[in-house]
Amino acid sequence: MIARAGLALGAVAAVTAPWWVANPYHLHVLIMAGVFTILALSLNLLLGYTGQLSLGHAAFFGIGAYTSALLSLPPLQWSFWLALPAAALASGLAGWGIGRLALKLRGAYFVLVTISFAGVISLVSINWMELTNGPLGLPGVPPPSLGPWTLRTKSAYWYLVLATAALAYFVCHRLVGSRIGRAFVALRENEPLAESVGIDGTRYLVLAAVISAAMAGVGGSLYAHYTRFVSPEVFLFSYTVTMVIMVIAGGQGTLAGPVVGALLFTALPEALREAMAWQWQMLAYGVILIVCVFFLPRGIVPAIVATTRRTDRAAGGPPEMRSGSVGLFKKRRGSDSRS
Amino acid sequence: MLIVEDLRVEFGGVVALAGISFRVQAGTITSLIGPNGAGKTTAFNAITGYLRPSHGRVAWEGQPLDGRRPCDIARHGVVRTFQRTSVFPALSVFDNVRTGLHLRGSTGLWSVLAGTARARAEEAWLAAAADDVLAFVGLTHRRDERAGALPYGEQRLVELAVALAARPRLLLLDEPAAGMTGAEKERLVALIRKIRGGDVTVFVVEHDMRLVMGLSETVIVLNNGRVIAEGVPAEIRAHPEVIRAYLGSADALA
Repeated sequence: MIARAGLALGAVAAVTAPWWVANPYHLHVLIMAGVFTILALSLNLLLGYTGQLSLGHAAFFGIGAYTSALLSLPPLQWSFWLALPAAALASGLAGWGIGRLALKLRGAYFVLVTISFAGVISLVSINWMELTNGPLGLPGVPPPSLGPWTLRTKSAYWYLVLATAALAYFVCHRLVGSRIGRAFVALRENEPLAESVGIDGTRYLVLAAVISAAMAGVGGSLYAHYTRFVSPEVFLFSYTVTMVIMVIAGGQGTLAGPVVGALLFTALPEALREAMAWQWQMLAYGVILIVCVFFLPRGIVPAIVATTRRTDRAAGGPPEMRSGSVGLFKKRRGSDSRS
Repeated sequence: MLIVEDLRVEFGGVVALAGISFRVQAGTITSLIGPNGAGKTTAFNAITGYLRPSHGRVAWEGQPLDGRRPCDIARHGVVRTFQRTSVFPALSVFDNVRTGLHLRGSTGLWSVLAGTARARAEEAWLAAAADDVLAFVGLTHRRDERAGALPYGEQRLVELAVALAARPRLLLLDEPAAGMTGAEKERLVALIRKIRGGDVTVFVVEHDMRLVMGLSETVIVLNNGRVIAEGVPAEIRAHPEVIRAYLGSADALA
């Protein structure tokens, strides 16, 4: 019940944001939070549901950004609406390749392959001058246009990002509630048992990698057409780390977790910037993160769910959220599932 | 019929199975027994694709199983349980069984994303089927509890429910009664009989001799990676080599 109310409130706040967010810089932060929501949802599909950690997720983000930028710049000058799906396709293809390579070897090997992949792609973007313009990057990426309008203003772009993030959330929601999502979770929970009932581990892990990478590519495309500039910085490891923090602190393996994590950890550095001198900002960020992980090891969203459940019970309300009734918080990760 | 021919498994230089051959007749309850280290679980692992045998052939209903992956073997109607309790611990009992129903569903990625009527109908049907399986094994009252939080005996039932959900025609149970109380064992025996009654061939590895002798139509005895005897329980009890293999625990065969 509280989940539904929270969701409705969040939706209303998001849709009306350009009215009550007066400061354009704050709207910029909100747009970045939207982009990171897509990235966190994408990483969560792999890390939260299949249990495989991709530490090269910035590569899929960057491939999407570069693909979209290169296609919409001269000489091709594709429309954004064609460049965006092309970016998803290119990143998805990269995800397929990495998945095929790495998911025969799980866990630590997957982590290593994804890190190396991101490193290699980053070097390519720096050194392939003819294609990427090297470290100088690609300026002048055109903003998306819709018929006679160009989405140049921040509020217009906010709606584009919001709609895409909502779509990404919806895709995750549909997947998680299906036999495909159950196969993902089964592989995280107990792979030999999953195989024994006919779940093809490699096939589903590759599928998760493809969907996740494609989603990150969409995020990259939105980023490129928003900042209007793409450089090898999109492959920075810190992007990947930020995504991992958002997913883990928000609540991996939940649908709302990455959304909450993305909003919080995009806003936090900005809030700290206004609150204190620069020397203290990263320190405060670190302390808040440690406190968060220490006291809410399963993430913010699962902690909230556990608390409201307890309150519900005490108030004689609905005794149990049945596993099918509230899609938002459907798959919670058990505290012992990692052992 | 399950046909195992000259199945050989080696770990480095150690011969775990020295080329065993046996058959499990369709529609029977057959047991595989033997002292610790005889190679029973190794045989199960080799039959269900978790171990690659160095030599030999396995076939179920005329279809070769050797060289296939476990998920492929499950698709051929051969499903196993594990010696050590094996559930999806963080999921509810209901979701455990729904996951076991994987092969009964067929909705693909695009239907899932589009939320087609067919996809929704299949979800509803799968949920109903999961409840049927829960009722069959007697776990309806635990439906929404986390599988990892159940007492041991009930976790073993969840395991059985997950395997049954995959609708096996050959069900391999690896020490299903291990760690169960007397009352739980009786329930298990009744359940295994009920499963066989549903036209499922049951192949059991078990240490509890009373349970094995009471349950099985055929008993196969392994020792040191070889089949040393095969027959109805009465024959096995009287078999001199079996008694020798179990020397010191010959009472257990009474």
